[in-house]
Amino acid sequence: MTITPSTAPATEAPAPAVEPIIRMDDISISFPGVKALDSVSFRMFPGEVHSLMGENGAGKSTLIKALTGVYSIDSGTMTLAGRPLVIGSPAQAQAAGISTVYQEVNLLPNLSVAENIMLGREPRRLGGIDWRAMRKRAAELLARLNLDIDPASLLSAHSLAVQQLVAIARATDVDAKVLILDEPTSSLDADEVSELFRVIRGLKSDGVAILFVSHFLDQVYEISDRLTVLRNGALVGEYLTREILRIELVHKMIGKELATLESLESKTRQAAIEGETVIEVPYLEAVGLGRKGSIEPTDLAIHEGEVVGLAGLLGSGRTEIARLITGADRADSGEVLVRGAKKRLRTPRVALRDRIAYSSEDRKREGIVEDLSVRDNIVLALQADRGWFRRISRKRQDELANSYISALGIRPANPDALVRNLSGGNQQKVLLARWLAVAPRLLVLDEPTRGIDVGAKAEIQKLVSNLADEGMAVVFISAELEEVLRLSHRIAVMRDRRKVADLPNEDVTVGQIMGLIASGAEA
Amino acid sequence: MSTPTLTTLRDLPRARLFWPIVTLAALLLLNFAVSPGFFAIRFQNGHLFGSLIDILRNGAPTLLVALGMTVVIATRGIDLSVGAVVAISGALACTIIADSPTPDSLGTVLSAVAVALVFSLVLGAWNGLLVAVFGIQPIIATLILMTAGRGIAMLITEGQIITISSAPYKVIGAGYWFGLPASIVIAGAMFAIAALVTRKTALGLLIESVGINPVASRLAGVRSRGIIWVVYVFSGLCAAIAGLMISSNVTAADANSAGLYIEMDAILAVVIGGTSLAGGRYSLTGTLIGAFVIQTLTTTVYTVGIAPSITLVFKALVVIAVCLLQSPALQAKLRSRRVAAKGVLA
Repeated sequence: MTITPSTAPATEAPAPAVEPIIRMDDISISFPGVKALDSVSFRMFPGEVHSLMGENGAGKSTLIKALTGVYSIDSGTMTLAGRPLVIGSPAQAQAAGISTVYQEVNLLPNLSVAENIMLGREPRRLGGIDWRAMRKRAAELLARLNLDIDPASLLSAHSLAVQQLVAIARATDVDAKVLILDEPTSSLDADEVSELFRVIRGLKSDGVAILFVSHFLDQVYEISDRLTVLRNGALVGEYLTREILRIELVHKMIGKELATLESLESKTRQAAIEGETVIEVPYLEAVGLGRKGSIEPTDLAIHEGEVVGLAGLLGSGRTEIARLITGADRADSGEVLVRGAKKRLRTPRVALRDRIAYSSEDRKREGIVEDLSVRDNIVLALQADRGWFRRISRKRQDELANSYISALGIRPANPDALVRNLSGGNQQKVLLARWLAVAPRLLVLDEPTRGIDVGAKAEIQKLVSNLADEGMAVVFISAELEEVLRLSHRIAVMRDRRKVADLPNEDVTVGQIMGLIASGAEA
Repeated sequence: MSTPTLTTLRDLPRARLFWPIVTLAALLLLNFAVSPGFFAIRFQNGHLFGSLIDILRNGAPTLLVALGMTVVIATRGIDLSVGAVVAISGALACTIIADSPTPDSLGTVLSAVAVALVFSLVLGAWNGLLVAVFGIQPIIATLILMTAGRGIAMLITEGQIITISSAPYKVIGAGYWFGLPASIVIAGAMFAIAALVTRKTALGLLIESVGINPVASRLAGVRSRGIIWVVYVFSGLCAAIAGLMISSNVTAADANSAGLYIEMDAILAVVIGGTSLAGGRYSLTGTLIGAFVIQTLTTTVYTVGIAPSITLVFKALVVIAVCLLQSPALQAKLRSRRVAAKGVLA
């Protein structure tokens, strides 16, 4: 693996001779406590595929929602084909020629393809729906996309990819000048993706401007002509795809310039070297563990006393592998060995029996039980393990809750407080307490520091390294590479649903990891 | 489940059981105003008599069914089949007693009761199977037994109304224990058992956890399938006891009308008691009060002398009032109004 240093840094992209179809200038949008977009400018040209790039919370979806009228903008101006554009609702956006196909196909599976395409715009005749005209129009639109399916067939009879194309057919019916595709490929396989790309190229040659959002770098490089990078709600820059190297792109998305990254020293490098005296048999070993449509067969070993960092972009497989080794999702290939013995981790409960705990990245949906108290949330996993009959005595519950409240500094220090009323960082600490209470031997932490304040973040990092010192095996997942490097003894790098590297954290730099994350055909 | 401690009287209207208790008290006072002897309780032949005792006794079957319904609703479910289970258990017990050569022997009655209760466990397990294992929506899964159950009861009674004459069986619905109607003692015991089992074991915590966030509960290793199964079995058992009570009280099993619409009363009792149909936190005490609000309402209709033709309208109005008073949206509106009014005065 060699990192190609850029001889000349990518320059801002020049504009083509034509006028942009969409111009957004100095757009700002705030939510209570958050500046989601900070004076961001963005433009799109007709007949061009434009990728919008950025990590979680970069402002991609906020920008899209501003463009489609879901959010109203606080300041800034928008123009469509040179004329001022004011959009108050998604319907207005569509009427203006801006159509969107969202990540989850939001069509009606129990209606026909034609009905789905024409929903809300049905041709009328004599006060009723003109079914013949409707099918004819739908057939024309499908033919334009080269899609050979019966307009009268039920939508649910078709594959997800075809449904996606039907959604595009629907979006292009309204004489779309701008088509927004938000993560259109996340649930498609390779053949389906190339089918989709064929359709995109067709639309492009018709002069439609296409906004493409995907976390697959290979696809971005294959299909898009131009890209705009956002980070933390601010514009990083606009570039021609063919002129920006992948590694540069990843730097721009994650932040920090190459030079400053190279000089960044890992603080626990010493510990990493001491950590080499690991026990022979790993606590958990995954062999060819995979799940169709989620992650390719992957090997991963985690030893006791070791922190394994998983690095990679969103959707790279970092969360997916974590879910497989903790029973949150069921693998359909490969096997898991716990202390050398083969195990079938069918459910989280079974994994917990093997002292494997998983703290999900989705704190609200998969972590806290918001209407229960801090105490109940802390004892939940331990109690579930003991079964309903052997209740943990109230005295013991209070001991557990109070000891974790003081050890982790949970605020308010009130075991009766409802978890829904706590701040994000404190909710995260409650979850950590829940998992620590079951005394796991392997703790898998998926983005434990996301969206929490700096103080809580440092406390959690310190806790993780202490736990490993005490002999716990830890898998640490974070989008922040500095954090992964600081804590991990070993780093597994994920890209495009597979593990691309597994290296001890010795003299590894953030730049190298970024190179691995970015490396595609050109690396 | 600890309700936050009340600091001032001002917070009282926001306490969980405030409005149900106020409603119950208001209904009781209305009865007292109309018939001054309403609160009188007489002690006669070692038995307690009075309007209040009647309310408790007549409300016992609804309370039982509502207890089971509460824990089912807490897991985001609902059990529409309870009325059918009421009919089946009454039909089964009465048929066994009627067919027995010794209907008055305690042994016959005990075995009839045992058969009815065990069968109700099977019916509850069936509902649990459909919901927990096959993932059918609770309203549909229990609708199956709601419809089919009446048919099963008809098969058991062969389409007849089975009338029986059995002194020991009569005790369940119309007899007296310790000076109190036996049905009150039974319902009270079931309430105590349910409260003890859910609060002294971890069942209550796990039920609420599954009801509030099933995904997080699964990741925490909670066996939600088992929990869901348990609540439907418990609901079936409660309905069966209610069925025994109802058939014992009228000394007959009527497959068509026994427990008709009792599921609606039970759901209402749960809602009036402040347990959300969205699942999660539940209150057995709330359900207790809710069940008595509904029974008192029925009694009020008679004492106040409301025309039978508008009885249902009257009931509906009271229920609407209670539900509106508990609605968070309305409470927020009233509060902001009060604050605004104060602002104008100042």
